[in-house]
Amino acid sequence: MSAPLLVLEGLVRRYQPERAAVVDGLSFTLQAGEWVAIMGESGVGKSTLLNVIAGLDRPDAGSVRLDGCELAELDDDALTLLRRRSMGFVFQAFHVLPYLSAARNVALPLALNGVPDDEIAPRVQSMLAEVGLDWAGERMPRELSGGELQRVAIARALVHRPRLVLADEPTGNLDPKSAAQVLAVLAGAVRAHGGGGLLITHSRAAAASADRAYEFDGRGLRPLPAV
Amino acid sequence: MQGASVAVSLAVFAAQLRDRPLRLVVAIAAIGVGIALASGVYLINESALAEFSRATRELAGSADLVVRGTRSGFAEQLYPELALRAGVAIASPVLSREAVLVAGGTLPIEGVDPLLAASLNPALYGELAGLYAQLLEPDALVLSATAARELGVGSGGELALRVGAGVRTLRVIAVLPESVSTRRLGLMDIASAQWLTGALGRLSRIDLRLAPGVDARRYAATLTLPAGIDAMTPDLEEARAASLSRAYRVNLDMLALVALLTGGFLVYATQALAVMRRRQQLALLRALGVRRRELRLAVLLEGAATGAVGGLAGTALGWLIAHWVLATQGGDLGAGLLQASTLAVTAPPLQLAGFAAVGVAVAVAGAWLPARRAAEVAPARALKAGDEQASPDAGDRSRLALLLLAAGGVMAFAPPVRNLPLGGYASIALLLAGSVLLVPVFAAALLGHLPPPRNAIAALVLARLKSGLAQSAVSLAAIVVSFSLMVAMTTMVHSFRDSFERWLGAVLPADVYLRVNPGNDSYDLSPADLTALAAVPGIARLEARRSAQLSLAANQPPVMLIARELDAQASGLPLVAHAGRIDPTLPRVYVSEAMRDLYGAALGGVLTLPIAGHAVRFAVAGIWRDYARSTGSVIVERPVYEALIGEQRYTETSVWLAPGTNSARAAQAIGALLHGGDALQVYTVGALKERALAAFDRAFAITYALEAVAVGIGLLGVMLAFAVQALAQRAEFGMLRHVGLQRRQVLAMLAGEGAFMGALGVCYGLLVGLLLSVVLVQVVNRQSFHWTLDYVVPLGQLVAVAVTLVAAAALTAGLTGRVATSGAVVRAVREDW
Repeated sequence: MSAPLLVLEGLVRRYQPERAAVVDGLSFTLQAGEWVAIMGESGVGKSTLLNVIAGLDRPDAGSVRLDGCELAELDDDALTLLRRRSMGFVFQAFHVLPYLSAARNVALPLALNGVPDDEIAPRVQSMLAEVGLDWAGERMPRELSGGELQRVAIARALVHRPRLVLADEPTGNLDPKSAAQVLAVLAGAVRAHGGGGLLITHSRAAAASADRAYEFDGRGLRPLPAV
Repeated sequence: MQGASVAVSLAVFAAQLRDRPLRLVVAIAAIGVGIALASGVYLINESALAEFSRATRELAGSADLVVRGTRSGFAEQLYPELALRAGVAIASPVLSREAVLVAGGTLPIEGVDPLLAASLNPALYGELAGLYAQLLEPDALVLSATAARELGVGSGGELALRVGAGVRTLRVIAVLPESVSTRRLGLMDIASAQWLTGALGRLSRIDLRLAPGVDARRYAATLTLPAGIDAMTPDLEEARAASLSRAYRVNLDMLALVALLTGGFLVYATQALAVMRRRQQLALLRALGVRRRELRLAVLLEGAATGAVGGLAGTALGWLIAHWVLATQGGDLGAGLLQASTLAVTAPPLQLAGFAAVGVAVAVAGAWLPARRAAEVAPARALKAGDEQASPDAGDRSRLALLLLAAGGVMAFAPPVRNLPLGGYASIALLLAGSVLLVPVFAAALLGHLPPPRNAIAALVLARLKSGLAQSAVSLAAIVVSFSLMVAMTTMVHSFRDSFERWLGAVLPADVYLRVNPGNDSYDLSPADLTALAAVPGIARLEARRSAQLSLAANQPPVMLIARELDAQASGLPLVAHAGRIDPTLPRVYVSEAMRDLYGAALGGVLTLPIAGHAVRFAVAGIWRDYARSTGSVIVERPVYEALIGEQRYTETSVWLAPGTNSARAAQAIGALLHGGDALQVYTVGALKERALAAFDRAFAITYALEAVAVGIGLLGVMLAFAVQALAQRAEFGMLRHVGLQRRQVLAMLAGEGAFMGALGVCYGLLVGLLLSVVLVQVVNRQSFHWTLDYVVPLGQLVAVAVTLVAAAALTAGLTGRVATSGAVVRAVREDW
């Protein structure tokens, strides 16, 4: 069996010393190629967990290792470069830059990673085709629907072939039909690129797209039966 | 219903302001500073004028007419003629002279007939009662309270005056209370004053009270007075004195208005940005049932409230500034034109309320366009993500901009109105407004022509700039307005200073200058003095002059006549025009540019001057540049003038030294030789130029200060615009940080945007400013002061300020970005756009 992609050990995160920890002693392992859903009530700390995994927030105790690399040993710049190369993000509110065309939004991680110009265009076009938007490259965000915008965001999250994709309520702003399409694209793309993915969601239907699903209560992850 | 909707809208705006009060604070500060400057300058000028007016009335008492000659006065034979004339009830003769104090400084002395003067001035009558006999003694002096306080002499004390080349001691027999006079003044019997100051048989003015029922203006018109003597009502006299400083005061008022308008523009900028940011809130309010006009009203009310707070605070600050300046600096604001020893702020409550109202008006005007835009928000479109970048149509504005520019060009050619360059000011305002409206077009054209950068961050910057043009244009306009005005003012002042320096070089060709102290009316240089001077070792050549004041029009300040040696080509004069042919039978005169504007003296024409009581015709042989006197001056040949007045006395002498002679030592030797003491001023050419330039810089110090404040307000606007935009884009920065942009890269991106926008605004502002400076130099300055300037651009100075501004813009953008990209950035991605 190959080395795990992501390992969390005894993670603790509290915002104020006198208050209870938001994440308290969590341990978890994600294998490469896995697409895992994490569900939980509002305010239980799902997004905090995601931020700690992404290196955007530091845990008070415990360890986060991505491909064997201990995040606690990295400074802010190194964490930023790790995110740039190895992670992709999908947000509930899309966060597609309104002043760039769909193609240029998708190209952003490639440009930041110093991919030569002549390689960027074909990779972007291929990624857009993969999410079903091969026709939308020159469209501006205001010309696209919510579902289409989220597919642009997914293309942007995957175009540089990240090891880990973190998706925070990616279907929260979408109708059921668009949500199903987006999830199918997301799960398929994660698996196809050989990385792993964590999906934070409230939706049981969304969780059903995952290989495994867990209920998060702040302390630990309780496996959910097939949803 | 309407009230409820507007109240709800305002409550929503207020909640947002409470959450992020920076925008409100900056807008209030901008209006407040603008109003403070405008009201401060206005109150200082008005208080100084009010004091001047009070002093005029104090002296003339209840006189209906004042008959006045120039500084040298007129023969007292006129007095009995007027006193006995039908229609005159009381005629009170006065001699006004400046006496030089042995202890240093001067004291204005008024020689009066105590009984007649007191009968025109009841307050004086009360104070002098019982002192008449004493006052008739030749060494008796009554001091005003101000003079007594400043000189440290009380009743029973003594005061030593320099009289001619000797010293004379006067006894202070009484001190007048403040209620009689607030001026620094000494009062004597007229005969004693004439004897003391060597002005036997001379008078400065005659105050007339007319018989009941006689109309003063009509009566003045019936008087046939010798040339150079005018009769005018105290009102007219005040107006004539005020006209001396009018152009300078109006220019200062205009500068203060610039600061205020920049403040108003800042309100526009903040409101426009707020409306852009609030598009979705406004759309939501519309969706909830708030009508367009209610939204418009709410935005206008918000502007009015900002203006009211800023206006009130600014008025209070302006009053404090005026109070402080009057208490510490006096009322002349650097020009030396309005001087009074005791000054208090004159500010009726209605006037103060007016300033606060101006604050509201400026703020409402600034909020007008944003309010219209707020009302035009299409709810369905604005509520959809990605609509933030929608920008208003630029086509209509381009047409309006071109119209404004054309109107500005036309106004530059308008003649002055009551000697004020109102057309010039209108031209500047129109050109500025037109240029500001063209800012987005200019920016779009420039951004459109930039090649796509290869660097990912630079490409992001360019994309952000292009898409955010509507918002950026507002901050760009703030830079353009403040920088262009600064460029225009700096270029004008630099041109003036450059021309002034060259002019000094032309009019001061000698090594040493001596002149009779303008404050001393009892001393002149004689031919014997010149002979003695010529014998001083090291003196190679002397040239004596005589200056005298001429009154050419009752409603204008006196004109200076200078009698000096002139060669056939008048080569020693800084001429701007030379007549080809003149009437050879007439003596020639060279007139200053002001004479052409104010008295219509035409090149080659004839000018009549009142000299020694006669109207003498001169041929205008040339026009010269005179930066020392904006009210007019004429130069005639000294022998011609001496023949007309029948005496050889001089007020100034230029001295050329033999090679190798030390000018400072020569100046010392001249002063010692003539025993003039304080009555004579002796300067080396270097010292004289230094004094002149120091006076110039002092006069423009307030200009620089006002200009700096206007630029400061502009920078404040830029800072605000960047801050508002950066905070509004926190979610975007959050996303960029997620996808791997380092914090310093985000900051560099923002600083780059700031630098680019700053550079763009500064380049455009430079072009606009140079255009405005042409109007300032060729129209406003010309019509205000009646002299021309050589146009010189202070390139080094402008480049230095431009670089500083660009750096400040970059730094500001970077700093606001630092706030926007701080810890909360992670959470920002969870906020909706």
